[in-house]
Amino acid sequence: MNSVTPPAKLTPKDFATDQEVRWCPGCGDYAILKGVQKTLADIGARPEKTVFISGIGCAARFPYYMATYGFHTIHGRAPTFATGVKLANPDLDVWVVSGDGDALSIGGNHLIHMLRRNVNLQFLLFNNEIYGLTKGQYSPTSRAGTRSPSTPLGSVDNPISATQLALASGARFVARSIDNQIKHMPVVLARAHAHAGASFVEIFQNCIVYNDGVFNDFTAKDKVANQQIAVENGQPLLFGTNKQKGLYIQPAAFEIEVVTLGENGITEADVLVHDETNKVLATLLAGLQGPDFPVAIGVLYCDPAPSYEEGVQVVKDRAPSKTEGDLNALLRTGHTWQVDAKS
Amino acid sequence: MSTNTAFKNEAPNEAPRQSLDSAVVRFAGDSGDGMQVTGGQFTLSAALAGNNLATFPDFPAEIRAPVGTTFGVSSFQINFGSSVIKTSGDDFDLLVAMNPAALFVELKGLKQGGIIVVDKGSFSDRNLRKAGYEENPLENGTLDAYRLIQLDISQLTLDAVKEHGLSNKEALRCKNFWTLGYVYWMFAHKRKETIDFLRTKFAKRPDIAEANISALNAGHSLGETSEAADGFQGFAIPKSEDAAPGLYRTVMGSEALAWGLTAGAQLANLHMTFCSYPITPASSVLHQLSNMSEYNVSTFQAEDEIAAVCAAIGASYAGTLGVTSSSGPGIALKGEAIGLAIGIEIPLVVVNTQRAGPSTGLPTKTEQSDLYQAVYGRNADSPLVVLAARSPAHCFEVAVEAVRLATKYMTPVMVLSDGYIGNAAEPWLIPDINAIEPFPVTFRADPEGFHPFVRDEETLARAWAIPGTPELMHRIGGIEKDYDTGHISYDPSNHQKMTDTRAAKIKGIANDIPAQTIAAGPDGGSVAVVGWGSTYGSINRAVSNLLDQGKQVSHIHLTNIWPLPANLGELLAGFDKVLVPEMNTGQLLTILRSEYLVPAKGINKVNGQPFKIRELEQAITAEMEG
Repeated sequence: MNSVTPPAKLTPKDFATDQEVRWCPGCGDYAILKGVQKTLADIGARPEKTVFISGIGCAARFPYYMATYGFHTIHGRAPTFATGVKLANPDLDVWVVSGDGDALSIGGNHLIHMLRRNVNLQFLLFNNEIYGLTKGQYSPTSRAGTRSPSTPLGSVDNPISATQLALASGARFVARSIDNQIKHMPVVLARAHAHAGASFVEIFQNCIVYNDGVFNDFTAKDKVANQQIAVENGQPLLFGTNKQKGLYIQPAAFEIEVVTLGENGITEADVLVHDETNKVLATLLAGLQGPDFPVAIGVLYCDPAPSYEEGVQVVKDRAPSKTEGDLNALLRTGHTWQVDAKS
Repeated sequence: MSTNTAFKNEAPNEAPRQSLDSAVVRFAGDSGDGMQVTGGQFTLSAALAGNNLATFPDFPAEIRAPVGTTFGVSSFQINFGSSVIKTSGDDFDLLVAMNPAALFVELKGLKQGGIIVVDKGSFSDRNLRKAGYEENPLENGTLDAYRLIQLDISQLTLDAVKEHGLSNKEALRCKNFWTLGYVYWMFAHKRKETIDFLRTKFAKRPDIAEANISALNAGHSLGETSEAADGFQGFAIPKSEDAAPGLYRTVMGSEALAWGLTAGAQLANLHMTFCSYPITPASSVLHQLSNMSEYNVSTFQAEDEIAAVCAAIGASYAGTLGVTSSSGPGIALKGEAIGLAIGIEIPLVVVNTQRAGPSTGLPTKTEQSDLYQAVYGRNADSPLVVLAARSPAHCFEVAVEAVRLATKYMTPVMVLSDGYIGNAAEPWLIPDINAIEPFPVTFRADPEGFHPFVRDEETLARAWAIPGTPELMHRIGGIEKDYDTGHISYDPSNHQKMTDTRAAKIKGIANDIPAQTIAAGPDGGSVAVVGWGSTYGSINRAVSNLLDQGKQVSHIHLTNIWPLPANLGELLAGFDKVLVPEMNTGQLLTILRSEYLVPAKGINKVNGQPFKIRELEQAITAEMEG
């Protein structure tokens, strides 16, 4: 038996290219880039097997900064290129990097279909609730009333919930993190990578130029404890400075409410325990918003199912012939006739 | 003259059949009458009888238009015979009309003195009204210029299938096979293949299979046993004598495309990933390939046209042959992604089965009006290769050539077919794939001196390095890349150089394609008639007829639309006049005028129907005399 030398352990720096990073100073994307590079080192990813695919937007420059294979494609279509890559070579480890405009506006259709097919890849949506690269127009996740160059008196449209859309599309893995949660993010990304199938991760990302501080009401240091809840499978859904607050479901109402331990006879036993295979719970958690509720981060939903590539193989195996077909023979099946040479 | 039929009880008449060199038959009925299946079976029987042939399925966009209406008429035309058959024929010799609407719509295409077979049972007052007849044409003498064979096909079919216990509705659906049996008798075609076909098709409903077979046999025996008043005993069309020796089959354009793409991928030593979105009339290529997974083919029905082309590009990026297929409106949606494939210089084959437009236009009718779209239809300076198939069988070699050029030059190649070619059938001398020179792809593996845009000096093609290859990790994308490093570059002079290089690469392909030849006539002189695509048969026959009349005229037919063959300018300069017949308002015409500054003139038609030989002869003659 041949002895195989295990590949050298790579560090986050080994995943960085020599290209100058061209995001604005202070952009949340820098932290995410570091988080992803750390994740790849942590999980032992091989650069030659790893492909980063993006569409258009600030986030879409991401592949140029990763010392892996990278494909910067066209606006909104990254999931379709990624699907083609996985169809051609299911062994590749594919990460798609997208933004709120790219994934939810121009590319909304492709996101839905990639998720429902359950293509085995990681989809990272950097949500900054604004169009950055085109200089600050409101996006499909901008809150109604957002003032921007294209909506000087305030936007009219209601925002879309990325995670609820992903769940409704049939995603089997839906998670969230935040650009400034540098410890939390690599853990979530590693979970996304470990999940076989489409893994959807929304990362709240601050656009320092066009939408600075838009998430401050739950990401600012003094808000973390009371306005965020980091969910963990099997653990009670507790938050607050001293973990004194919890999420509770009124049995008759299908609505989450925030309770305080020790008040009105509430004990920890009354608090909901996170079950990441429960899609109804995941949908409720995805919908929580301040100021009355904490924003849920972590793995909201993980309930694996066969991936698209596995399904494709199952269908291929149904073909009547298991051996490679002879095209010359195929052309000669059915009704043929011989014309003889003239004597 | 009207021909009445009467039953004969004695043995079949031994009177000789009338000998014909060729015949044009048109089957017409409601879109639910099964005319396309009938035509397909008749095509097969003609082929097996050793005839040359060309077919033209002509059907409405609606799947089941309201019964009995003129806009619901579905037709299938076949021209078959012992001589060279180049088109599906101009006027037809025999019209089979399953109802008044079919007669109403199609009669104008029947030759004077031609034969009409009608289902008399369908000529009810209600059906006559729906077709727009105020009086019954079977009774008022308006068809006296033709040989009219009136049969109560509906009743004869019901009688023939009675023993099989079908419902009345199911039984009536056998009338197309009754009619086919009768027409088989007219041309002495054999029934066996159709009987086999029915038993396979209705393997799960043997009662329906057997009922259709009974109908087929009944129609046939009516022909054998009936005696026409004018002694009509059917036709005999001798076998074709001019075919090259070898094994033949019939092939439709969509089949030949699917097989050609598969053959091309095999010759390139690549797996093919075919990504498409359903659209008329292109979907049949997807259907065909979806059944070919054991031939190293994967198919993907995407969520939309854009996803289809992008998945194909992704599949090429990962080291397979990405192919996408659509019709004009779908190709329009793919435009941005095709531009990306041009920018990142990746192999991609894009098949456009053209239809009449703009927009939805006439989805089931043919046109060749996407030539500008193919050559010019993207933002910026974005050249690619354009090839056009001229006939159903020709789709095979064009598809192989598309794969060769796409992989050798790292470029998208657009293949133009059209609704006529895609659905029409013709006999095909089956090629031996092992006899075609293979063109295997070598992926880049050597890291020495590698960057993604390092080029082959001769072809200017960039290196194809695929994910999974150690030490060749690189990034590509839509932003302009540096000529020397492959990194992003906003440098103006670099963009100039890259744009020039992309254009030079495609232009250089002119030296790697066959020189333009003459399809008919001398290689210089008075008039060159220049065509492309599915007009081949009509132009060739029209020019041949004019040559027979002693006129000085030549036919040039282009397969390589972009780049144009290197010798084409010189060739055209050798003619006093250049005429360009097209089923558009003058697209190749504009390209030829702009490329070669020749005073070419167009002969143009966009009525959804192929050119007739006669109308081309007249138009060419008018231009020669004018």
